[in-house]
Amino acid sequence: MSEAPAAPLSASADRAREQGIDLLLRPPEPRAGWRLLPARIAAMCAVELQKLRHDRTELYTRAVQPALWLLIFGQTFTRLKAIPTGGVPYIDYLAPGIIAQSAMFIAIFYGIHIIWERDAGVLNKLLVTPTPRSALITGKAFAAGVKSVIQAVVVIVIAALLGVALTWNPLRLLGVAAIVVLGSAFFACLSMTIAGIVLSRDRLMGFGQAITMPLFFGSNALYPLDVMPGWLQAVSRVNPLSYEVDALRGLLLGTPAHLALDFAVLIVAAALGITAASALLGRLAR
Amino acid sequence: MTTTADAVTCTQLAYAFGETKAVDGLDLTVREGEVFGLLGPNGAGKTTAIRCITTLLPVPSGMVRVFGHDAAGERMGVRRLLGYVPQQLSADANLTGRENVSLFARVFDVPRRERAARVSQALAAVDLTGAADRLAGTYSGGMVRRLELAQALVSAPRLLILDEPTIGLDPIARTSVWEHITAVRAATGMTVLVTTHYMDEADQYCDRVGLMHHGRVRALGTPAELRRGLGERRGAAATDPLPTLEDVFRDVAGSGLDDQSGDFRDVRSTRRTAQRVG
Repeated sequence: MSEAPAAPLSASADRAREQGIDLLLRPPEPRAGWRLLPARIAAMCAVELQKLRHDRTELYTRAVQPALWLLIFGQTFTRLKAIPTGGVPYIDYLAPGIIAQSAMFIAIFYGIHIIWERDAGVLNKLLVTPTPRSALITGKAFAAGVKSVIQAVVVIVIAALLGVALTWNPLRLLGVAAIVVLGSAFFACLSMTIAGIVLSRDRLMGFGQAITMPLFFGSNALYPLDVMPGWLQAVSRVNPLSYEVDALRGLLLGTPAHLALDFAVLIVAAALGITAASALLGRLAR
Repeated sequence: MTTTADAVTCTQLAYAFGETKAVDGLDLTVREGEVFGLLGPNGAGKTTAIRCITTLLPVPSGMVRVFGHDAAGERMGVRRLLGYVPQQLSADANLTGRENVSLFARVFDVPRRERAARVSQALAAVDLTGAADRLAGTYSGGMVRRLELAQALVSAPRLLILDEPTIGLDPIARTSVWEHITAVRAATGMTVLVTTHYMDEADQYCDRVGLMHHGRVRALGTPAELRRGLGERRGAAATDPLPTLEDVFRDVAGSGLDDQSGDFRDVRSTRRTAQRVG
């Protein structure tokens, strides 16, 4: 056998047709460079949607917390009128913050997810496909975005049921989706970057716990920038979540916002996150 | 692409985890179209070598070529030629069999118009058509292995790399996995590089085997050649039964240890390698 490796191709092709595997003899044409990244993003997003279709439990359980925030915190503070919101009822003011928060909570799990994939061998298998590391990370980041958008829809529906006056302008809602995708891409990459540094699921869980609440409270999700002490304002100004919330408020409630700045900050943050997470992905592959 | 290029050529490949030399000057050639078995005890450096060939690890020293493509310089080119089945059962339990295969069709750029047909053919080739739309989480170990085979086959790889494909499977599942590998190889003419601990499997299914120990290939040939060689070295009569491949394995691993085991540090480092390299 060892001396006859140059298998007669036509013979094996005939056999392949008989067995109905003729397509498996032809390697697919490589996609042109610029089409590779969108294709990989689509592949990762498709997987995310397929998983959600098989098991919607997460969608329901993840709806509980935002519902409680809006129902209890939102309604109570609407009565208290303790937080200056510039005229809008507090629950309206809060709703965009809660959308951003629940999207962030989803995205922050992606580091744990990628470590799980590493442990299961899935990550190695994907890294042996013609997928550059940056494309893999970008794909995951957008998959987190897609999942977050679905979550955002759930929260918007809950908010609407609680009487929050949100916009139904389709263009603005499209803007909301774009902001949520960008924000989630950043937080997913932040989490995957930390995963590339700490390398173990347990340590990452600790980090996740340690950063999510400070990110949430250190933002304008619950209260405006002006009422914060100076040091917290500084924190909030470098926290991408604040820009996400600002944009969501502007788009959903029509309050004054800095949309151009918000988009710019989130795009830069997502790009930086993708760069950092891609650079550290190799550590997970070792 | 010339047909004369070997499927895999490693020249003086070396890879160290810190102080531990997992692969230490490996020379290896896998010829196009053959089933090559890379054997060796735990910590021999098999998995590290495989990870260098699959571009998962860099090639810090030496040279690795896959069908003439440099694994260090042309990673994407090399990956397009590879189908890889890692040691762990790596199918995604939360997707159906078909979705698992479809993902790999997508990331290997199978055009949409032929994706469904290609995925179905890959599933049929491993006899999973009936279970294709069930979640992979409901599959048995042998079925997951076959699913992974389908994932690797969907991109029509020229080189299929399997790292311990039958580890942890019952004898019937082991046979079934090997029968599918053999059938697909016969139908497609692809090259197969496989690592295994099971000497009986290597003897039965591999055209040639290389026995690795301490990061290098210590014995190389067809299973029959290696067994005859050991028989002759032992001065056995022609009528005696041939030594098994397991005897050859013991002979190689044993002599390798005898050469170097005087140093306690070596034993310890081997154990460390075994832990890190898995």
